[in-house]
Amino acid sequence: MELWFTEYHSPDVKMSIRTDKQLYCGKSEFQRIDVFESPEFGRFLTLDGLMMLTEKDEFIYHEMITHVAMAANPDVKSVLVIGAGDGGTIRELTRYESIEHIDMVEIDEEVVRVCREYLPQTASKLSDPRVTIYFEDGLRFVRTKADLYDLIIVDSTDPFGPGEGLFTSEFYGNCYNALTADGILINQHESPYYKEDAAAMQRAHKRIREFFPICRVYQAHIPTYPSGHWLFGFASKTVDPLALDEERWNGLGLKTRYYNTELHKGCFAIPNYVKELLENAK
Amino acid sequence: MDQTCAPIYEALMKYNETRVVPFDVPGHKHGKGNPLLTEFLGQTCMNVDVNSMKPLDNLCHPVSVIRDAERLAAEAFGAGHCFFMVNGTTSSVQSMILSVCREGDKIIIPRNVHRSAINALIISGVIPVYVDPGVDRRLGIPLGMSADNVEKAIARNPDAKAVFVNNPTYYGICTDIKRIVQTAHAHGMKVLADEAHGTHLYFGENMPLSAMAAGADMAAVSMHKTGGSLTQSSFLLVGKNAGLTEGHVRSVINLTQTTSGSYLLLSSLDIARKYYAAEGKELCARMVSSAEYARREINAIGGYYAYSDELVNGSDIFAFDKTKLSIYTRGIGLTGIEVYDILRDSYDIQMELGDIGNVLAIMSPGDRWKDIERLVSALTEIKRRFGRDSAEAVDHEYINPQIVMSPKAAFYGEQEVLPIKESAGRVSCEFVMCYPPGIPIIAPGELLTPDIIDNIIYSKERGCFMTGTEDMNIEKIRVIKA
Repeated sequence: MELWFTEYHSPDVKMSIRTDKQLYCGKSEFQRIDVFESPEFGRFLTLDGLMMLTEKDEFIYHEMITHVAMAANPDVKSVLVIGAGDGGTIRELTRYESIEHIDMVEIDEEVVRVCREYLPQTASKLSDPRVTIYFEDGLRFVRTKADLYDLIIVDSTDPFGPGEGLFTSEFYGNCYNALTADGILINQHESPYYKEDAAAMQRAHKRIREFFPICRVYQAHIPTYPSGHWLFGFASKTVDPLALDEERWNGLGLKTRYYNTELHKGCFAIPNYVKELLENAK
Repeated sequence: MDQTCAPIYEALMKYNETRVVPFDVPGHKHGKGNPLLTEFLGQTCMNVDVNSMKPLDNLCHPVSVIRDAERLAAEAFGAGHCFFMVNGTTSSVQSMILSVCREGDKIIIPRNVHRSAINALIISGVIPVYVDPGVDRRLGIPLGMSADNVEKAIARNPDAKAVFVNNPTYYGICTDIKRIVQTAHAHGMKVLADEAHGTHLYFGENMPLSAMAAGADMAAVSMHKTGGSLTQSSFLLVGKNAGLTEGHVRSVINLTQTTSGSYLLLSSLDIARKYYAAEGKELCARMVSSAEYARREINAIGGYYAYSDELVNGSDIFAFDKTKLSIYTRGIGLTGIEVYDILRDSYDIQMELGDIGNVLAIMSPGDRWKDIERLVSALTEIKRRFGRDSAEAVDHEYINPQIVMSPKAAFYGEQEVLPIKESAGRVSCEFVMCYPPGIPIIAPGELLTPDIIDNIIYSKERGCFMTGTEDMNIEKIRVIKA
């Protein structure tokens, strides 16, 4: 018997992962949630049939969505994470003793429940005493906040689904207002490769640029995401991600598998075609 | 046959299954003659864009599936008869007036009536007796005629044939339609209701009274506005005790309605009626709770005022339709038009209208919670980024029109063009509409007095949106030749 999970990466491209078994299948108020076990990637989580994370390569995404900002400003004390129901982003953040408080806003309580049960690898730190979890819409949560967070991480699904509101001008503007004077906004920024993802990336970039004086994009290589080439947005009011105090971060002694301060400098170097897409984002 | 049936839809499905070879119009022949359009609209759409034929009935003279669908709709709306309309609610409004009034007859009508009703007067030669709808001074919106004012108009014009009522207005304001019906009927007058914005009144609980429930004689219902049918489709309802024959109303409708009624529009009415009959109560409850949620959130931002039934005063605001989400914006120092433009240009959010003081969002069963969150968040941002010191409300003065001749006589009379400033004492052949509050300052057949001319000039100066005259700059006006 062969059992394969298949996801379309574009209308004409699909990727399949052989699975041993399905560990969970359910439908929340917002989306369908599945967890599978696979020989190559270990356990993996999908939402509405779209790959969210695998045990094997999640470290790349979660290290890159957290450590770049934390190295750029090690004085971050207060963090807001939007989405991130699997807990991977929280796990990385809780490694910083200097962080005093983390608010996590996830719309779908079911995702957190399922991840706690089936994906302890990422969900293990959700009970950290510094973490407060709010189960509500991220857009709604952030619009009443002002001058409160040093770092906001938008760890969302794609802009076609429950995460739709997190790719809008109103959301980025609300985030700007919720950030402190040296605040940083990190968002998962889609992929530049396939047409639909690239258009979403351009729209997000154009909108973030309207609010933040510093607005950069960095990349990582994530095998299970469409094209494997994934981008993150780094937007801030004052902090330049390339003016990095390497010694300070390395002095923390955090052991990472993907991120290092050399790669930090390199990941902002992006291919010409991506530069063009960003420059032409209208 | 019951409300779970959709006769036109079912007949179209059957027609598709029989794979008829078309040697009739339309010439795209199930889309094969226009592949580009078929790719755009989809094969299903092209398959059912067909002509009247025996198995599909004929809108001008319905004897089978259209007749059945009309009967089901009449039942769903509590009407004696329901006509399927494909030329818009404009055509429903015109057919109402033409069905009960003849040339020279009077009709009592609120001044904030839709353009389609005044156009019906021009076509028919019916004489309007206008009633001041009242204006909310703070919000700058027109209200609903108070029953007192209507009764005064009835007493002064006992020869009028009908009373025309907006139920509700664009902004959700309802009149005391039940009392108006009682008085009008006691004086032998018909009551016609423009329910372009009132489809949901027939299905929701705790809604303002619908025209049919109030005993009105005819109602024009824009099923396409909040009822989920396609744009341009509409219902014309006739009350159970209206004393109007189906044949008479049908012959009036057929004066101007197309003989090629679109089956896309007809089936959309049929399916929308079926859906609302089954789910309407729940859909309306959801619309109200969405609107109430949005109002709470918007009012919590500060500066904005999203109003609801606290406005009700028993007179010119007899009831409020809570599915309407009208938001007063002057408190953040911006006009409704400015907020309307910013929402569209910077936030990709399209509102139904923006006037000097308000923006209006239409709620429907198609709204998703995340869209409402986006609207609230965008309004929060607009206040933060663009807000100014709050601006004064604009006052509005209602000037009673002096009707010199019928709108028809003026429209077709011998005319000349004058600068508005020099037109005092002349009879206008055109409208001048002013938004807000969406009330004509002058209509065809009315005397241009110095007060009215001042009002036009003043409204223009303060930035109201003006329409109506052939002259796009509203500087010249057509008047009856001296």
